[in-house]
Amino acid sequence: MTSTIERGAATAAVPRRAPVKKAPTPKAPGGRRRGPAGLLGTTNGRKAVMAVSGAVLVLFLIGHMVGNLKIFLGAGAFNDYAAWLRTVGEPALPGRTLLTVTEVLLVAAVLLHMWSAVALARRASAARPVRYAARPRRRAGGYVARTMRYGGVIILLFVVWHLLDLTFGAVNPKGAAATPYDRMVAGFDPSRWWVTAFYVLAVAMVGLHLRHGLWSAFQTLGLVRGRARRTLSAVAAASAAVLVLGFVAVPVAVMIGVVK
Amino acid sequence: MNLTLKVWRQNGPDDRGRMVTYRVEDVSPDMSFLEMLDVLNERLILDGDDPIAFDHDCREGICGMCGMVINGVAHGEQRATTTCQLHMRHFADGATITIEPWRAAPFPVVKDLVVDRGAFDRIIQAGGFISVPAGSAPDAHSIPVKKEDADDAFDAATCIGCGACVAACPNGSASLFTAAKITHLGLLPQGQPERDARAVAMIEQMDAEGFGGCTNTGECTAVCPKGISLDTISRMNRDYLKAVK
Ligand code: HEM
Ligand code: FES
Repeated sequence: MTSTIERGAATAAVPRRAPVKKAPTPKAPGGRRRGPAGLLGTTNGRKAVMAVSGAVLVLFLIGHMVGNLKIFLGAGAFNDYAAWLRTVGEPALPGRTLLTVTEVLLVAAVLLHMWSAVALARRASAARPVRYAARPRRRAGGYVARTMRYGGVIILLFVVWHLLDLTFGAVNPKGAAATPYDRMVAGFDPSRWWVTAFYVLAVAMVGLHLRHGLWSAFQTLGLVRGRARRTLSAVAAASAAVLVLGFVAVPVAVMIGVVK
Repeated sequence: MNLTLKVWRQNGPDDRGRMVTYRVEDVSPDMSFLEMLDVLNERLILDGDDPIAFDHDCREGICGMCGMVINGVAHGEQRATTTCQLHMRHFADGATITIEPWRAAPFPVVKDLVVDRGAFDRIIQAGGFISVPAGSAPDAHSIPVKKEDADDAFDAATCIGCGACVAACPNGSASLFTAAKITHLGLLPQGQPERDARAVAMIEQMDAEGFGGCTNTGECTAVCPKGISLDTISRMNRDYLKAVK
């Protein structure tokens, strides 16, 4: 690759946001909008949005997992915890403050995360219109990195079901009126083994998603390099495993009758 | 050695192109991959056929002109090796080898295995330079540079712009190339005045060319003949986010 530098070109002012206008190439692929793009207009900016929204979701998952594990302390402790989530801060704050704030944040994070995932996936497929005849041999061995897109869709489908089941009670045998503990036990009843199976599959997908996503987010935000990146990758694997075990423990305990 | 080659043939940018099978006989294991193609081309010319077009220049692994996807791997299986430095001893006698051009919308095929990498030049033009009065080279110690920074800048500067990173990336992203240039200049004192503008301009140009985004798969660095590290992409991301915040 060569580049020639004209006389005087080296001292010309560089525009901050507007890159040099490019002569239109024949057969240019679509989407060559020129001019300042701004953070949300570039692939790197969108990827940063994905990393930050993903981080919000991860923080929620940690809290959610710890909450779920309270089921091992018995029905009383679990139901009290659920009630506390609704009343915390009262009377200084109106009821459900914590839950409402969390819900708003989560909906925003999920929408932003999906928006950037879709935008980047579309760019990626436009960037490789002709596939290789030889099956591309992956050299980096990053299998999980390739589960991110379809894995994300599985996670999304699961979240919809999960909300209908345990939050709104619409597809739960006990319905919305039952206590959270009863809904949980009924939802994962052995007769509904397929619910548990779907749950385990989805949690496994979350695990794979975070195996890659946890370190990828730091890389996307430019926070790690060298040895720290390799260490972080190991930490991501360990944290993903802890989250999977923490989430799978509850339905499995209900299935085998440890929690009833 | 006797080999079967399946080579992408495409008469011009508007031709649809197809894989064509060739037999090459009596290949010496000491030949380079490009020499093996030279042998085939000589025969094609003698037969009155059109020789296979491929890019090459130095044949020493330093210019970045050569490059093809060999059996699904950019520059072939051998790590940290350009196609011109790949030798036939790494292939088994009787093997079938699939040879394709870099595949990416911003790298349109010119003919056969030759693609137009002008997109890389335009990314460089957008910000891959420093604006200082050039003149002769400064004395070696007139501007102190930390050893680690000099090392990292030098490693990044070994990028030869061959485009293997784009070819290997499942997203068709040019992040490793762009990041190598941004890192190389951004780590040195001379690169500081334009550091912010450079990251923004080069990334926007990369997008404008139609490259995909990075999802940190690491495929690029795995095929890079110069072993450019993912660290450069982290630095590019940091420079960019600092510049636009
Ligand atoms: C439990 C919910 C989820 C969590 C905790 C989560 C977390 C994350 C994190 C931390 C990242 C890394 C960001 C980065 O690479 O910079 C990420 C990436 C990604 N997520 Fe999610 N995510 C979730 C749900 C979803 C859903 C529902 C989708 C799909 C609609 C999705 C699609 C993606 C994609 C495509 C990537 C980019 C993959 C890559 O960079 O290789 N995620 N996610
Ligand atoms: S021909 Fe110069 S690097 Fe291969």
